[in-house]
Amino acid sequence: MNVEILSKKVFFHALLLVGVIISVFPFYWLVVMSTNETSAMFAFPPKLTFGSYFWNNYDNVMQNMNFYRAFLNTVFIAVVSTTLQLFFNSLTGFTFAKFKFPGSKILFYIMIGTMILPSQMLLVPQFIIMRNLGWLGSYVALIIPSIATAFGIFWIRQYALAIYDDLLEAARIDGCNKFGQYWHVALPVLRPALAFLAITTFVGVWEDYLWPLIVLTDSSKFTMVLALQQLKAAHTSDYSMVMTGTMLATIPLIVFFLIVSRQFIAGIMEGAVKS
Amino acid sequence: MGGLLKEIYKSRTLYLFISPFYILFLCFSVFPIFFSIYLAAHSWDGIGEMKYVGLDNFVYLFNDPVFWKALQNNIILWLLSNGPMLVISLAIAFIINLQLVKFKSFFRIAFFLPNITAMVAVVIIFQSFFGNEFGLMNYLLTELGLNKIAWFNSELGVQTVIALMIGWRYMGYNAIIYLSGLQKIPKDYYEAAELDGATLFQQFTKITLPVLRPIILFTIMMSTIGGFQIFTEPQVLAGPQSPYPGSDTVVLYLFREGFKYQHFGYAASVSWILFIIIGLFSFINWKFFNKSED
Repeated sequence: MNVEILSKKVFFHALLLVGVIISVFPFYWLVVMSTNETSAMFAFPPKLTFGSYFWNNYDNVMQNMNFYRAFLNTVFIAVVSTTLQLFFNSLTGFTFAKFKFPGSKILFYIMIGTMILPSQMLLVPQFIIMRNLGWLGSYVALIIPSIATAFGIFWIRQYALAIYDDLLEAARIDGCNKFGQYWHVALPVLRPALAFLAITTFVGVWEDYLWPLIVLTDSSKFTMVLALQQLKAAHTSDYSMVMTGTMLATIPLIVFFLIVSRQFIAGIMEGAVKS
Repeated sequence: MGGLLKEIYKSRTLYLFISPFYILFLCFSVFPIFFSIYLAAHSWDGIGEMKYVGLDNFVYLFNDPVFWKALQNNIILWLLSNGPMLVISLAIAFIINLQLVKFKSFFRIAFFLPNITAMVAVVIIFQSFFGNEFGLMNYLLTELGLNKIAWFNSELGVQTVIALMIGWRYMGYNAIIYLSGLQKIPKDYYEAAELDGATLFQQFTKITLPVLRPIILFTIMMSTIGGFQIFTEPQVLAGPQSPYPGSDTVVLYLFREGFKYQHFGYAASVSWILFIIIGLFSFINWKFFNKSED
C-alpha cells in the first residue's frame, strides 16, 4: 500500500515536472539565445548553453531599435491607462454594488452584455472615428476608449458587495458625501481587488498588438511589441539580435509577475469562482 | 411620474459616477455599430465619396475563395490549438488538485508563466524552434529516429506551429481556471470515492467532470471567441510577407482589406460576418454542452 502511494506520488510529480519544463524551457532558450550567435540556434544539435555574445547582440539591438524609447512609451501608456481605469472602474463598480437608483439594474445588465461584443467587430468604425477626431497617431486613441471597462467594473462590484453598509452609514453621519464614502471607506477595502485589476490592465496594455498597430503611425511612438515586430520584420537573418530584444522586453515583466504572483493567482481563482 | 423624476434627481451624483462607462460605450461601441452597418452597405476608400452598393459587399465576400480559405484555416487553427490544450489543461488541474501532490503553488505559478508573455514575443521565440531544415524541433525529431519536417512549407506544418504557440500560452491559464472550480469540490467527495474503491480515472469522470461542466463550457466559449480572433500569430510570423500557407485568418483578411487596401465598406461587412460566425459557433457550443448534460 505504501509502495503504491509512493510510486503514484513519484509518477504524478514527474508528470507535472515534464509540464513545468515545457512551460519554462522557452524562457531558458530565450535567455540562452540572447548570449549566442544566430548560427547556434540552427546548429545541429542546437547550442543550449550560455555564450559570450550578449553585449554584441545588445549593441545591435540598440542600433536597430529604439529600445528604451519603446520601453518608456509602453510604461507611460500602461501607467496612465491603469490609473484611469482603476479610478473609473472602482467608482462605477462601487456605485453599482452599494446604491440603488432608478434603472440601476438595467444599466448594469447592459454593461455586462457589452462583454460579449468581439472587439475586432468595431475596428473599422473606431478607426474612422479616431481619424475624424484627429486622434490617430496619438496615445489618446489607445487610452481614452478603455478608461472604463465592463470587466473591471464587474470585478470591482463583486468585491464591493462585501463592504458593510454600517461603515458607509457611519461615514455619512460623519459628513461624508457619496464621493467621500467611495474615497475614504470603499477604496481602502477594495485594495486587493484593485491590485489584481492593476496587474491585468498593465499586462494587457503591455501586450496589446492589433489596435496600437492600426492607430500608431509614427514609429517613435511605438509600444514595445510593435517595435519588436518591426525589428523582427526588418532583420530576419540576425535572429539572435531579435531574440535579445525580445528577452529584454519580456524578462522584466516575468520578474515583476514572479514578485506578485501569489496574490495574482489567488485573484484569478477567486474571480473565476465569483463569476 | 413626478416621484420617479424626483428619485432620479436625488440620484444625480450616482449617475455622474457611472456615466464615464456609458459615454464611452455610446461613442465607441453603439455609434460604431450603427456606423458599421451603414458602412457595410457602401463602397468607400476613406477619402472619396461613399457609394451605396446595397448587399454587393456581402455577395463579393461569399464569392471570394480567399475568404473561405481564411475561414477554413481559422476553424482548423481553432480546433488544433484548443482541442488538445483544454484536455491537457484539465489533466494538469486534476493532478495538481490531487491530495498527494506537493508544491501546489509552485506548480500553479510555473504553469501560469507563459500567459504573462506577449503573443508577439511568443511568436518570435517559437519561430526559432522551427526551421524547414534545422532548428531544435527537427533536431529532436531526428534524435527520435523520425524524419525532419519542413515546417513552413506545408499548411499543416504552419498550423501546427501556430497551434503550439497558442497551446503553450494558454495551457496554464486554463488549468488555473479549472483548478479554481476543482477547489470548490469538498475533499471528502474524493475520500469517500476512494474508500468505495474508485480508481483515479473513475474519480475524474464521476466527480471532476460533472462538477466542472459549467467552467468547461466557459473555457470553450472563451476559446471559441479567441480562436476566431487569431491575428497576431500569423501576422508576426510572416512579417511583411503574405501569410505562410494555411495561416491566413478571418481577422487577418479583415485587417488587410481595411487597413492595407482601404476598403473600409468591405472590411465592415467582413466584421459583421465575423460577428455572426462567432455567435453561431458559441451557440452550437452552448447547445452541444447543454444537451450532453442529461
